[in-house]
Formats: sequence, C-alpha cells, structure tokens
Amino acid sequence: MSDNSATTALAGLDCEPGVRKPDPLLVVDGVTRAFGGLTAVHVDNLEVQRGAITGLIGPNGAGKTTLFNVLSGFDRADHGHWTFDGRDITGRAAHRVARQGLVRTFQLTKTLSKLTVLENMKLAATGQRGERMALSLLPPLWRGQEKDIVRRADELLERFRLSHMREEYAGTLSGGQRKLLEMARALMVRPKMIMLDEPMAGVNPALTQSLLGHITDLRDEGMTVCFVEHDMDVVMGISDWVVCMAEGSVVAEGPPQAVGKNPAVIDAYLGRHHDEPENEADDG
Amino acid sequence: MDWEVILSDALRSGIGPIAAVYALAAIGLNLHFGYTGLLNFGQIGFMLVGAYGVAASVSTFGLSLWAGVLVGLACSVVLALLLGMPTLRLRAEYLAIATIAAGEILRLFYRSTWAEPVTGGVYGLQQFADDFFDANPIPRDSYGFWLINFSSRDLWVLLVAWGLVALFAGIMALMVHSPWGRVIRSIREDEDAVRSLGKSVYAYKMQSLVFGGAIGSIAGMMLAIQNQSVNADTYNPVETFFLYTLLVLGGAGRVLGPIIGSILFWAVLTFFDSALRQAIGAGYISPDVLSAGEVGAVRFALVGLGLMLLVIFRPQGIVGSRREMLLDVR
Repeated sequence: MSDNSATTALAGLDCEPGVRKPDPLLVVDGVTRAFGGLTAVHVDNLEVQRGAITGLIGPNGAGKTTLFNVLSGFDRADHGHWTFDGRDITGRAAHRVARQGLVRTFQLTKTLSKLTVLENMKLAATGQRGERMALSLLPPLWRGQEKDIVRRADELLERFRLSHMREEYAGTLSGGQRKLLEMARALMVRPKMIMLDEPMAGVNPALTQSLLGHITDLRDEGMTVCFVEHDMDVVMGISDWVVCMAEGSVVAEGPPQAVGKNPAVIDAYLGRHHDEPENEADDG
Repeated sequence: MDWEVILSDALRSGIGPIAAVYALAAIGLNLHFGYTGLLNFGQIGFMLVGAYGVAASVSTFGLSLWAGVLVGLACSVVLALLLGMPTLRLRAEYLAIATIAAGEILRLFYRSTWAEPVTGGVYGLQQFADDFFDANPIPRDSYGFWLINFSSRDLWVLLVAWGLVALFAGIMALMVHSPWGRVIRSIREDEDAVRSLGKSVYAYKMQSLVFGGAIGSIAGMMLAIQNQSVNADTYNPVETFFLYTLLVLGGAGRVLGPIIGSILFWAVLTFFDSALRQAIGAGYISPDVLSAGEVGAVRFALVGLGLMLLVIFRPQGIVGSRREMLLDVR
C-alpha cells in the first residue's frame, strides 16, 4: 500500500462494519437480496470513499457479485436503497446506472467478439448522435464526433497496450487482453466510479502486475475504484480500504493491514471456531 | 431434355418478382436475426398485415393505394410493438415463441368468417392494385434478353420490386455501418455488456424489430400488389423458414446476404423443379420412381440437401465472413 490522499483521508476511521466515510461516493443502506430461502445479500450499511481503491473480499458465496449486480442494476434488491454521488439510484435500470457514472465490468469478460477492438471501444462512448436510428442515415452529422471518439479510444488503447490489436476482432484476444479491453472500454464511458468484478481472475502473473498498475493509476487520477478479488496478496497490496463480506453481510472493514488481522475475517475464510477443535462438529 | 427451358425457368425465377419480395422480407429479417440477434419466427405475419393493409384499404374501404401502403406500414408497427413490449426485456426465446404463434394467429384471424367483411375470409381480396398498374410508364411491348421475355406489366413489377430491394439494402448498409449499427451488432454479441455501457438495449431492440418488421410488411404489400390478390393461406409459417434458409444461404449479417440468397434460392429451386420435370418427360426418370406430381416435394428435399452441404462446407453463407464464423468456436 502506498501513501496517498485516499489513505490519508481514511486514516483514523473506526474499523467496524458500516463505518461512515468522510467523502462517500456510493452509500448502501439496508440492501437485501434473497433467492428463495437463501439470503444472498444483507448489507446494513456500506460507504465507498471517493477517490479510493476499495477491495471487496470474502469467501465463495459471500454475496460479493450479487451485491455488485444489485448496485449496478443487473439484479433487483428486495429491500433497501443506495445513493451514488448524492443521487438515489435505487432500482435504476443498468444502463441508467452506467449513465450516472457507475460502470462495472464482469467476472467472465464480456468483450464483443465479432466487433474489432476499436469498435468495442467506440461503442462505449456516451452521447453519440449517430446512435439515434434516424441520424444513422446521415453520416455528416456524426462523422466529426466519431473522429473525436476514435482519438480518445486510441489514447486509452495506447495506455492499456492494446494498440497493436486495434483492428483485430475482440474474439481473438487472450483472456488477459480481454480484461484489459473491458477495463479500457469502461473508461470510455467517463465514469466517476468503476466496479471491477474479479479483474485478475485467469490472468497470468505478469499481466496481473500491469493490471494492478492500471488500477492504481486510475485512483491517482481521481477515479473511485471498487473491486472484488479472491487473491489476498493482490487485495492487500493495492487497496486503500478493504471490506470483507461473509454469508451476505459485511463482517469487517478497514485498512488492509487491520482487516488482515481481524478475527472476523479469519473466521470467514477458515470457518468459525477454527481455533476451538472441540466444537468442530458445529461447522457442518 | 431441353436445357434451354430449364435454364430460362431458373433464371426467370431467380430474377422474378417473388425472389425480389423474398429478398426484401429477408432484408428485414436480416436486421432482426443477422444484426440484432432477435429470433423473429413470424416475419410472415408482418408480410400478412402489410398485404392486407393495402388490400383491405383499397377493396373494402375504397381508399387510395398510397393510403393503403400507409395503413399496411402502421399495422406492421403496431404488430412489432405488441410483440416486442412483453418479450424484448426477456431472453431471446420468448420473442421466438411469441412471433411464431402470432404469425399463425394472424393467418387464422384474417381468414376467419368473423373477419370476412373486411378481409374477404377464405376468398381473400382481389383487384385492388389497378392504381399501381395504371401508373406503369413502360410502353406496351415485349422486352427480352437472352432466354427470357417479359411483358411491360412484368417489367414494371420487377423494376419497382428490385428498386425497393436496392433502396432498403442501401439504407441498411448506411445503418449497420453507423454507430447505431454498432450498438445493435453489440446487442447480438452480448446485451449485458451493452447495458453496462449505458445503452438502453430494450429501445434498440424495439427499433430493430419495428424497422425490420416494416420492411417485411412492404414485401407483403409488393407480393399482394403483383398478384392483384391476397389470400391468408399464402402466408404460412413455413414461409418464414424459407426466409431463414435463403438468409443463411446468402450470409446472415451481410448487406448483400439476403439478396444473393433469395436469387440463388429461387433459381436453384426452380432449376431442380424444371430439370426433374424435363427428365421425367424425356424418360430418364421412370414414372414409377418419381411422378410429375411429386416433383414439388422432391425439389425441396434437394434444396435441403444443398443447404446441408453449404452448412458443412461454407457455414458463413455465400458472402459471409469465415473469420467471424470461426470466432464462435473458440
């Protein structure tokens, strides 16, 4: 972890679930989501600090991805509400959430294989005149805008080292390159906050380092990043703040070192009563 | 066996009005299936409402042909909205089920006794396109090239029908290469990705369904006008699958796919038909094996065989892109 304004802002906060942040961008309040009898998500309170990297950890089935889906409009919540940048976005459709500036990526990358890398990037630009059906027949009305979009797309492709693949079908990219493309594409939306669902899953160690570099660079430029990850080393290395979920709820949060030592986190990962062998039968 | 007859039959059919009508309907279907990934199994329903929109407006209500065209277009828009509103937020299969059912429901409804005062029921409607043929600027004469001849009436129909095909192919080329086209092609690939980037997938799918359906209705109008008659039983669900066949044959998701597919489909179908009849007539095929009356069915079997070979050896269609096709197997 490096010292930066985000860590400074978060220093000295209580390390307990649902703690108030000095400048929250995303505020989650009493959100629940149940599938039949199983409560997948039950988050009483969660705030994501603006301009910081927030790592969301937790064992399999802790409800991290479901929480992502609910907040980004890809799933509905049963109860609760959440605000983004001061606006209530509870229950908004996914595309409206994205337009507000909250853009997410997916655990299984969703690159558009039969479009070129550049087309993938161009798609994501917002406010395109040529995306209106009637105006699509009148290229002079959108050519200029299209040129600007290409310029910005090329800058991002350069930054994510995908320029050489510009004209290739996205379907020909390797797994790691797809993760890079998805991240670059999300940035084309000019989001205020980016939510990455397991950005390192299935990526080789060398590329992981480069992905991490991109994420910290984004933070340093003022972007708010929230990401789900399993690899504890990765999470501890770059997060300014770590939130741990287990069985649908937030069980701990705090700076990485503090969360790493938190008994609730160790319990969540290793099972409750791991230090009390006489109670082993209770684990089920 | 008279090869000249076989060839002229095949050629006449390949460039004929029916091929043009199917090309036009397939252009609409290509927007749905080839570009947006919508499984519309009821394109024939759009053709039906277009055809009856013109026919009933003129025959039953005494409106002009142009008013009839507008009525037909309006009907197709209403049909698309009715089909799209409940299904386009759901998975692709729901649209497929709704459209295949709607096509058949429409056919049964338009031929019902209840609807007879407007649609003519099982008898259909006739002689409603006089305005169209009166507008024919081509002098009365016979026009021919190589093996085939057309009357001025035929030529007028061909000009308008292929003119419409060219017009809509041009519009389609502009649209799919625009940012709008980029969005709908992306929806075909993965609609969640498009949603996550701030585009209203539902609105785009609806636009595609409405516009492709309207093109289908224009094809239906052209079919009705050139026959000077409509009959609900012409609009069988199986016709939609002929449209899919020729679309896959030509290459789905390509501007020229439906046009090349339709020309080839009708030319090959008629070629087999004519060749089999000639072979039976010349005694090459014994009537015990195949009688002239059975040719109609066998030609479809042969087309089916041809299509199977195509899918095996050229799955992307005649003008499709093999590279794009191979991305699916990765």
